[in-house]
Amino acid sequence: MSNVPADLRFLKSHEWARLEADGTITVGISDHAQQALGDLVFVEAPEAGRRVAAGEACAVVESVKAASDVYSPVSGEVIAGNADLGGQPELINQAPYGAGWIMRIRPDDKAQFAALLDAKAYEAALAAETH
Amino acid sequence: MGLRTPLHDVHVAAGARMVDFGGWDMPVNYGSQIEEHHAVRRDAGMFDVSHMCVVDLRGARVRDFLRRLLANDVAKLTQSGKALYSCMLRENGGVIDDLIVYYMDDQWYRMVVNAGTRDKDLEWLRAHAGGYEVSVEPRFDLAMIAVQGPSARQRAATLLEPAFAARALELGNFFGAAHDTWFVARTGYTGEDGWEIMLPADRAAAFWAQLREAGVQPCGLGARDTLRLEAGMNLYGSDMDETTSPLESGLGWTIAWDPQDRDFIGRGALAAQKASGVPRKLVGLILADRAVLRSHQKVVVPAVGEGEVTSGTFSPTLERSIGLARVPSQTTDRCEVEIRGRLLPATVVRPPFVRHGKIAVAP
Repeated sequence: MSNVPADLRFLKSHEWARLEADGTITVGISDHAQQALGDLVFVEAPEAGRRVAAGEACAVVESVKAASDVYSPVSGEVIAGNADLGGQPELINQAPYGAGWIMRIRPDDKAQFAALLDAKAYEAALAAETH
Repeated sequence: MGLRTPLHDVHVAAGARMVDFGGWDMPVNYGSQIEEHHAVRRDAGMFDVSHMCVVDLRGARVRDFLRRLLANDVAKLTQSGKALYSCMLRENGGVIDDLIVYYMDDQWYRMVVNAGTRDKDLEWLRAHAGGYEVSVEPRFDLAMIAVQGPSARQRAATLLEPAFAARALELGNFFGAAHDTWFVARTGYTGEDGWEIMLPADRAAAFWAQLREAGVQPCGLGARDTLRLEAGMNLYGSDMDETTSPLESGLGWTIAWDPQDRDFIGRGALAAQKASGVPRKLVGLILADRAVLRSHQKVVVPAVGEGEVTSGTFSPTLERSIGLARVPSQTTDRCEVEIRGRLLPATVVRPPFVRHGKIAVAP
């Protein structure tokens, strides 16, 4: 079964978001998403400085099996894309909530983060998807 | 719930990710698909291919029957156990299925057909068998395990009855040998050495466990697809089907034109297509950019025309994307592929991309 950390927020489309101490938000794809995609082979992370809107496709993760868009959970400015993923896309498979993070965003409005799915709601969404 | 092979519960217990494949619940990967791929290229892997259908064809005129039904000529098979790859065609030259047929003896041939086409294949075989008094018997009592990779035969041989193992190890390429209801053939779908082993369904789980003990890596359909694509082998339903002829599918080499008086089904249509010029061909593509070719992407050949990717994937051996595409016949060495709204350059090559663990193309 997939791992859903209690301290993260999620989108139904399987992105996770973590509110950092400095008020920025780190974004990646969930353990469930990396399992479903299988071995990641390419990742296109956004560049720092890019403006993104909540729900906007701003990264692409591509596995042997399929390509998938990654949607931003909040509106704001990208402050970093994970450069390590260029040479090691498998970091997403190995540590989806750690070294496999995709981007950091400075949100325009923290309330958007609070409105995301919590771990329980995401687990319920996963259960609904598989049954 | 889909159809299940005799190894279904073994796959689930091993934590395989199961998917629907042609109506069957099949393992797509157990862990990392890329590691499964490398296991076959470098050592030994195994695949449950029990969803494929073994069909025994028997009768005094079975040879004549197959010389009429198949585009390749079973008259080439003169030694017991020898295998032949062929297309089975409609009258219009469209491919009903691609298959392997083994010559067992003068009154018995054994065919292995695809899972997704099984029902229409059996229907087609039976519809034509009557005139030749040939019996068509699908062997639902058999399972099939493909062991593939440079060490695969040696590992599997330790598990066979010694005299049978000795015979099996002596088999040349595309030869098979029977022992009771077991049948071992030096064939496969990966571009590596190996065996395809048919065995009684009720023995499959135990044999699979023994292979695992012997160090053979279980591999899913995901790795099977990347391996066959690197090997430049077509997948029925993706690279060819009833709307394409073998001439447009990179399978011209499987058509036996001689002797000229052999009237196989589809011959007239193929001859007409050849005479008027085959408009399209199937080629290999290698993508330079960091993206992945997928089936149905549009191919643009500047100043020539357009085509379509029929199979695409990430090649673990080349570490870039490869694919097969149907393009206008005039296509030479370059084209472009539309991926997420952008045209990316690709090199046109002649498959295979990889053979026996070595890269066989210059990207």
